[in-house]
Amino acid sequence: MTVELLRESFEIQGKNFDKAGEVSGEIKVILRDLGIDAVNLRRLVVVAFEGEMNVVMYANRGTLTLILTDEDVNLEIQDEGPGIPDIELALQEGYSTASDEMREMGFGFGMGLPNMKKNSDELRIESEVGKGTSVFAKIRLNSNV
Amino acid sequence: MKLVEIKDLLQCEVLAGEDDLQVDVTQVVASDGMSEILAFAKSKELMITGLTNIQSIRTADIAGVSAVIYCRGKRPDKKVVDFAKQKRIPVLITKMVMFDICGVLYNRGLKGVS
Repeated sequence: MTVELLRESFEIQGKNFDKAGEVSGEIKVILRDLGIDAVNLRRLVVVAFEGEMNVVMYANRGTLTLILTDEDVNLEIQDEGPGIPDIELALQEGYSTASDEMREMGFGFGMGLPNMKKNSDELRIESEVGKGTSVFAKIRLNSNV
Repeated sequence: MKLVEIKDLLQCEVLAGEDDLQVDVTQVVASDGMSEILAFAKSKELMITGLTNIQSIRTADIAGVSAVIYCRGKRPDKKVVDFAKQKRIPVLITKMVMFDICGVLYNRGLKGVS
């Protein structure tokens, strides 16, 4: 049975590009101080950062919850936003619905969700159009890619 | 190749991390797309980009790159440079365009990440 060691939630402000990435920066410091190895740390913060950017770009607000167990690290990103009509399509590299403003920020080239998938051991997306999206990512601590 | 050699080769101005130029670099990621940097950087690469906003430094920090070079004469705001200093990421700027930078560094034996 897995033992939960840490659970912490962070608020993400939608459309606030100046603050975008702050939560992931905080998570990086927390996980590094906990002694997570460099490879898994990079994978985790890439998932957190891409997830955070998606909330900032598309949603009104969101929450990122970090859950550390003795076996894995879980990132749950839930937002109140437009939702994703076709999740399979959204996971295709290169597919993007980004605005010019998002692209000027260096994002929105259709690699966000694929990057999250690539760096997770498990990734699950639930979405309801007009309500919001939830992304659940799991990174096992004994796995190295 | 040491960052200080790259600085001379590309005729860079150093905006942050003047004391950290002895770091050795063997691989390069070059893009204006931050997700592309995040997709390919494994750690300690040199990052070359034309995107000078705060997200470029956040991406550099998340990806764990060794240094950032802004190309084609673009100069980041003070708050971007201050943030890089806080994260201890050296920041250099050059007037050269990305294609030329990559060509020069490739000729000197540096490689991309795939």
